[in-house]
Amino acid sequence: MRLEYRVAGRDFQAAGGAAAKIKRTLRQIGIDAETARRVGIVAYEAEMNIVIHAYRGTIRIDILPERVNIRADDEGPGIPDITLAMQVGYSTAPEDIKEMGFGAGLGLPNMKRYSNELEVKSQVGSGTSIIAVINLPAKEGS
Amino acid sequence: MRLRDVARILDAEVLTGEDKLDLQVEAGCGCDLISDLLAFTKERMLVLTGLVSPQIIRAAEMVDLAAIVFVRGKRPTGDIIDMGKELDLPIMCTHYPLYESAGLLFTAGLPGWRDWPRVVGGAQDAP
Repeated sequence: MRLEYRVAGRDFQAAGGAAAKIKRTLRQIGIDAETARRVGIVAYEAEMNIVIHAYRGTIRIDILPERVNIRADDEGPGIPDITLAMQVGYSTAPEDIKEMGFGAGLGLPNMKRYSNELEVKSQVGSGTSIIAVINLPAKEGS
Repeated sequence: MRLRDVARILDAEVLTGEDKLDLQVEAGCGCDLISDLLAFTKERMLVLTGLVSPQIIRAAEMVDLAAIVFVRGKRPTGDIIDMGKELDLPIMCTHYPLYESAGLLFTAGLPGWRDWPRVVGGAQDAP
C-alpha cells in the first residue's frame, strides 16, 4: 500500500496535515500504536523540514509486510553539511520560524532515533531526499 | 494522577475533554519547542507549554499525548480548540508559569519521564 502527499514550502497552516493523515491511515489498517507513533513522528519531522526549508516536496509512504518505508523528496536549497545537520542542537531555521516553536535542532536526530534506518541525500541548490525505514514488530507465531 | 487532579492543582480552566477528566496521566513534561516535545515525551504523558500554536496539537497527536496544558495565562485560539475537540484531546489553561506549574504537579506526585533520552553531546539513546 502506498500513500503520497504533496507538501508546500512555508505553508504553516497545512503543515503537519500529511503526517496526521499517514498516522490515522496506519491505525485504520491495523498497524500497532507504537509503529504508527514512530512513523507519525518521522513523517512529521520530514514534512516540517520541507515546510521550513524547501520550496515544495512530496512525502511517500510504502507499507510493506515487514516494514514501513518513508521517503521525503524536496526541491530546495539542500544541506551543505549533512553531518553537521545531524548534530543535536544544530539548526539553520530563521528567527521568525524559531518563534513558532521550530528550530530546536532535533529534526534529523529525531528521525534517526525513531527509525531503524535513515539515509539523507542532498545536493546544494537542488534539494534533499530522506529515506527512513521503520520495521514492523514480528507477528506472533512467526 | 487523574486529569481532574491536574486541573484542580493548577486551578486550570478545562477547554476541551471535560468528559475525560478521570483519565490517568503517568508523567509530565514542560517544553516550548515542537521537536523537544517529539523527543522528550511519550504516549499518555501530560505536556505543559507556553507555545500557543496549532502545531502543538499536531505534535501531540503524533506522540499520543494524554493532554495539553497551556501555561502563563495563554489562551489557545478557536482553531486550536477545534483541533483538540476533533482529536478528543483534553486541553486546559492555567495562569501559573511553566516552572510553577511543573513544580506543583511534581510535588503532588506526578513524575517526569524518568528514562528520557540523553541527547547532550550529540548521542541519542534508542526510543
